[in-house]
Amino acid sequence: MTTEARQLYQKLLAGDRRAAARLISMVEDGAEGASEALQELHRHSGRAHIVGLTGSGGAGKSTLACRLAQEYRSAGKTVGIICVDPTSPFTGGALLGDRVRMQELSGDPEVFIRSMGSRGALGGLSVAINDVINILDAFGKDYILVETVGAGQVEIELVKYAHTCIVVTMPGAGDEIQAIKAGILEIGDIFVVNKADRDGAMHTLADLEMMVETKPGADQGAWKPPVIATVALEGDGVADLAVEIARHYEFLKDSGTLTRKTVERMKAEVLAILSLKVSDAAARALQPGGDASALVDRMIARDLDPHGAAEELAAKLKLGGLSGP
Amino acid sequence: MAQKVRVFLCKPGLDGHDRGVLIVGQALRDAGMEVIYSGLKQTPENLVEAAIQEDVDVLGLSILSGAHMALIPRITDLLKERGAADMTVLAGGVIPPADAEVLIRDHGVARVFGPGTDTRDIVAYIKERLEA
Repeated sequence: MTTEARQLYQKLLAGDRRAAARLISMVEDGAEGASEALQELHRHSGRAHIVGLTGSGGAGKSTLACRLAQEYRSAGKTVGIICVDPTSPFTGGALLGDRVRMQELSGDPEVFIRSMGSRGALGGLSVAINDVINILDAFGKDYILVETVGAGQVEIELVKYAHTCIVVTMPGAGDEIQAIKAGILEIGDIFVVNKADRDGAMHTLADLEMMVETKPGADQGAWKPPVIATVALEGDGVADLAVEIARHYEFLKDSGTLTRKTVERMKAEVLAILSLKVSDAAARALQPGGDASALVDRMIARDLDPHGAAEELAAKLKLGGLSGP
Repeated sequence: MAQKVRVFLCKPGLDGHDRGVLIVGQALRDAGMEVIYSGLKQTPENLVEAAIQEDVDVLGLSILSGAHMALIPRITDLLKERGAADMTVLAGGVIPPADAEVLIRDHGVARVFGPGTDTRDIVAYIKERLEA
């Protein structure tokens, strides 16, 4: 292990916030030594309750996360918050503004807030989020709130990592409820209608309750997602939400679902890391001058089709191709 | 993978003007950096804690209130205390040249960008400094 990595994880376990922050950067940058430190940290993780918050931009996820964190802090619990915002696919840059909505938390050393750009590929983001969750878990946070924007693949990924997934919406979103029906419904353990002091809140609440009631497969003994009205800005409904989150965690434990979720999460983590490594190794091999660049030439000459090339490449990669830098 | 430049743009003190700092933020983002914005009216203590949690390379302090000689030294002292003096501190806003000189000479500020600065100069400065 590099000296830097060893020092970092030792300091991290001793409660050094700068070390935790540094290690997160190393993970995000794919820096050397990060995975060694993660190996050591793994045995210290597995204690936190991971709560995902998703929903479209403007629904109030950041404010809600802030209020939830305050609720947990007043109960003496520690909190980690991961805010993921989109990275521009064109410039690679990102404006990360979630902290602006969490000002009441800043200055509290027991709340660790980290803003992440979604950066490159989807697979890479999954790996990075997972690693950051594990770092904050090993760092001793009781609750880890993960906030992602928009409805899409990343949110579906999120459910693999979160014990409890909260879908946040707001009144007057109209079409959004339709969008929610098309995939987010399946992942929501709790639905929140935020900004519930606005016109149309009752309507949105009723819509969601109807969806939950008619959700296919809602047989006896299964978890029935509660629908909660909040006004995050004022803190209304946040205590109720915290109660439901705790109730869901108890349900997971009592029903044995927690163990199943942990198994699924571990599998998903391994697969995400492995597919990233395999595709990196394959991309390197296919580059001009790479071990398998001849495959490309043969494909261009119509000698070989992509499926055949993939087979040959897979055979090649077995010969230690996975252990690249 | 290359190391991504992370910049924390801060509004310390009682100053409600953030048009300038947000324009700088856009320029840095468009130059491929990750830009974190603090929001208005932050205390030096909160900003330094946030800078550490976010593990940024650069702190950009925007001050138009005239309190720069009180706020900036407090921030750079705190960074030193927390072992984070390696972060590059830049300042901008309304800071007279004589004050800028003192901030750079005595208080760990790398550079002061005054009104009228071309955002490309800020981008170029950060890239050059972090690559060096």
